[in-house]
Amino acid sequence: MSMWEYANPKRFMGWTRPVLPWTFALAGVCLVVGLVWGFFFTPDDFRQGSTVKIIYLHVPAALMAINAWIMMLVASLIWVVRRHHVSALAARAAAPVGVTMTLIALFTGAIWGQPMWGTYWAWDPRLTSFLILFLFYLGYIALWEAIEDPDTAADLTSVLCMVGSIFAILSRYAVLFWSQGLHQGASLSLDKEENVADVFWFPLLVCIAGFVFLFIALVLMRTRTEIRARRMRALEARVQRA
Amino acid sequence: MIALLRRDLKLAVRAGGGFGLGLAFFLIVVVLVPFGVGPETELLSRIAPGILWVASLLAALLSLDRIFALDYEDGSLALLATSPLPLEGVGLIKALAHWITTGLPLTIAAPALGFLLSLAPEAYAYLLLSLLIGTPALSMIGTFGAALTVGLRRGGLLLSLLVLPLYVPTLIFGAEAVRRGADGLDPTGALLLLGGITAGTFALLPFATAATLRINLR
Amino acid sequence: MPDLGQYAVEVLSAYAVSVALLLAIVGLSWRRYVRVRAALERVEKNG
Repeated sequence: MSMWEYANPKRFMGWTRPVLPWTFALAGVCLVVGLVWGFFFTPDDFRQGSTVKIIYLHVPAALMAINAWIMMLVASLIWVVRRHHVSALAARAAAPVGVTMTLIALFTGAIWGQPMWGTYWAWDPRLTSFLILFLFYLGYIALWEAIEDPDTAADLTSVLCMVGSIFAILSRYAVLFWSQGLHQGASLSLDKEENVADVFWFPLLVCIAGFVFLFIALVLMRTRTEIRARRMRALEARVQRA
Repeated sequence: MIALLRRDLKLAVRAGGGFGLGLAFFLIVVVLVPFGVGPETELLSRIAPGILWVASLLAALLSLDRIFALDYEDGSLALLATSPLPLEGVGLIKALAHWITTGLPLTIAAPALGFLLSLAPEAYAYLLLSLLIGTPALSMIGTFGAALTVGLRRGGLLLSLLVLPLYVPTLIFGAEAVRRGADGLDPTGALLLLGGITAGTFALLPFATAATLRINLR
Repeated sequence: MPDLGQYAVEVLSAYAVSVALLLAIVGLSWRRYVRVRAALERVEKNG
């Protein structure tokens, strides 16, 4: 059996039913442990004071905001190449979750920016890129909502997602060219030297895991909703024809 | 291909909207800005490059929804799809026609409006050059957006929401080139990157446009 | 409660906003999930 079998709507509904509660539970446990650990049991940073605690929300949300878009891109490509309906619906299901992550990253960033940089908002490359990403998400969702025929909508949004990805990357570098930033470089990398200190690093990892599981759980749940909504529409159309 | 270009241009001129409206809109936006920010010459000349670029971007946006809408309604788009001319070519021609009716007049009119905003004298050449290089990209990206929304009844607003984020890189490099020109810096880098974006959009987006048109005509 | 020092407002509001947004997306997804499931069951029973 190939992995594509899992993308058959019926099979998808079958295997996600037992998986979904576990994913949610895992997400909940990771988030609670990570955030409580981060909030109550980590020391303040010697320069940033207690604001360093915002990192446990800001970094995972920012990470997932980008990963959600990448997931949508992959799902769109799968839809275009193999025409699995579940794939298209998963891309649609992921977009609002991505928007939420982008908003969290922007809000926590603004709140963090006020005491650290003395301003809520600066036209810094990273901040600006996220704002642009937010606009891309809005356009993508609006296009889904505007088209009635589900297959046409899936096709058009896939094309938009692919073209949008190219332009999102272009904007990222264009923005770098346009302004020098306040934002620090990446706080996470495989190169251990550049990472944040271990005390902050472990709870942060737990939080990131929590956000990842939450994203997966939400996407699975929303995809299930979309599959059902689609089936319902098909049934209603059949009733009307009869 | 040339026949199609001629036809589109003729239609745009006859409808009267093409040239006139976009230019008038451009003029009005530029005139409104000093009312909004105050008449200080120094401030205006500092923000002039950005205003001229944003205004031309909005003016280009204004006529986008008509690129395919009429042809879609009267069925000539379906006819074009079955003609020997590939849809990629149709997209390219449509973008070109849009550029000739909006981008080119905007480029020519922009220096005149630069006086209104007391743009630095060194910047005029770069303003002309950057608009000349950059506005084709605006037309091509817009044609893609118009193809995406062609089947929708009220696509106009959605079209702006889809297209404006795609305009970001063009706007950044275009306005940056003029700003550097005004500050007496070397704008070659920005102009080259702007040219790169235009070349890239013309190389890739006709295919995306044709793909979306095929989906919409299905 | 840990001592948040002079930045208490910032840290707490960041947490509040984020938790509210997370709860909102989870809540909205859940509500739609339940509604669509119920509606589908109704349609399937009738059809």
